[in-house]
Amino acid sequence: MIQLEHVSKAYQQGVPALNDINIHIEQGEFVFIMGRSGSGKSTLIKLLLKELEPTEGEIYIDGQRLSKITHKKVPDFRRNIGVVFQNYRLLQDRNIYDNVAFAMKVIERPNREIKKRVPLMLSLVGLAAKYRSLPQHLSGGEQQRVAIARALVNEPKILLADEPTGNLDDFNTGEILRLLEEINERGTTVVVVTHDKEIVKRMNKRVITIKKGVVVGDGKWGDTREA
Amino acid sequence: MIPVRLSTFWYNLGQGLKNIWRNKLFSLASIATMTACIFLFGVFYSLGTNFEALVRAAEEGVSVTVFFDQGISQEQIDAIGEAIGKRAEVSDYHFVSADEAWEYYKSEYFKGKEEAAESFAGDNPLANSANYEIYLNDISMQQELVAYLEGLDGVREVHQSEVAAQTLADFNRLIGYIFTGVILILIAVAVFLINNTVTVGIAVRKEEIAIMKLIGAKDKFVRAPFVVEGVSIGLIGSVIPLVLLFFMYQSIVGYVAERFKFIGGIISFIPVEQVFVVLIPVSLLLGVGIGYVGSRMTLKKHLKV
Repeated sequence: MIQLEHVSKAYQQGVPALNDINIHIEQGEFVFIMGRSGSGKSTLIKLLLKELEPTEGEIYIDGQRLSKITHKKVPDFRRNIGVVFQNYRLLQDRNIYDNVAFAMKVIERPNREIKKRVPLMLSLVGLAAKYRSLPQHLSGGEQQRVAIARALVNEPKILLADEPTGNLDDFNTGEILRLLEEINERGTTVVVVTHDKEIVKRMNKRVITIKKGVVVGDGKWGDTREA
Repeated sequence: MIPVRLSTFWYNLGQGLKNIWRNKLFSLASIATMTACIFLFGVFYSLGTNFEALVRAAEEGVSVTVFFDQGISQEQIDAIGEAIGKRAEVSDYHFVSADEAWEYYKSEYFKGKEEAAESFAGDNPLANSANYEIYLNDISMQQELVAYLEGLDGVREVHQSEVAAQTLADFNRLIGYIFTGVILILIAVAVFLINNTVTVGIAVRKEEIAIMKLIGAKDKFVRAPFVVEGVSIGLIGSVIPLVLLFFMYQSIVGYVAERFKFIGGIISFIPVEQVFVVLIPVSLLLGVGIGYVGSRMTLKKHLKV
């Protein structure tokens, strides 16, 4: 499903943000990518979303070689990946129904489909009753659940979550992780990027550890060399 | 062309109009400039068409008169007439005999003093005044024609209203230059302001655009609301001055006709419908075009999708 072959990325300053990365993630897997701030996690996310091009190496996602995808075809490619951010990135001037519907509108889905899918997704994340609320009237955990609903509403094959629990307390962190696990059980490949060892330990899933742009561990927590 | 889903069309239209509302001040400034631009265009156009009609009427009235050598034969006069008729700048010409010339003179200058004219009975003081009256279709060509006529055999004298012809032609040209200059400056200002408005719109919606791109929105979908914004500003900015001009034109023409009745004999204004049948489509096209070009230029510069 996701394959990185000898991927390196250096910015103009010349210091490589990622160096000879090799990662293989199967369809339906739940994987943590763990690393401290500055380890190259954000660069990796940008590469997976084709916001950046690698300096060296090749990336394959769902059988597509990213370097071969033309600028015009990038939107179609991105529709296969749902993204969740640490700071939720919800539109503050719209209620949560419209925030989720927005993801379908921008890819030009018909209204009847939007009316059917959005309530379904809000139910999945447990926010059906609050569909009229504005994001600023929700707790951090609730806002993150809206962001997850938005990421999933177009039925992507992969869910990429960038520090999804970074702004949440313990209780909400647990809730979000449970939700991500449930989504994974439904067949979606879930990749969670985090710096938080505690959540990685708690979930006992595959962990790919990155340090200074290099993969230093890959396996279950406790099995990995660097963990 | 890729068909656009109706819901997508309405969504982008709504977002474009919301953009105008979000950047009220910039949008207002752009609409005001566009209004000024189209208004001035309309004023110049209305003046221009009326002036052109005036010049045309004057051209029809201003003639060149050709007098012949004494004792010239009718064949020679006909030959001169034929040569005149072949000139491209001549719209019309006709022969005025010495008797016709005297009759006209009497009717013009001996009005009410018919007995004074009678003293010339049997004697035509304008016996040597048979002539061709020539009317031009382009007054600026008058000098050229006069030079040609003076070179013809059998031509004694050529009369022309040089000052009137030259003044009208020069004034017409001056109006044209001013018109083009002012409109070009205003178009540049309007494009610049629409540029700024759309740039602010992009800045305000930066986060939304970033999310749209990550979700998988196509380039045209991201750009469409901003194009709608620019085109709407252009459209509003051309409808307002058109309405204003319509009523102003009618009032001014009515006022001038009423207040300065003597003008009616000299100038006849073009009816409002005749002016607006051209002004409406041209102004709308100009407004929408400026809006479209202004927003597309900004998107190319500031929105890398």
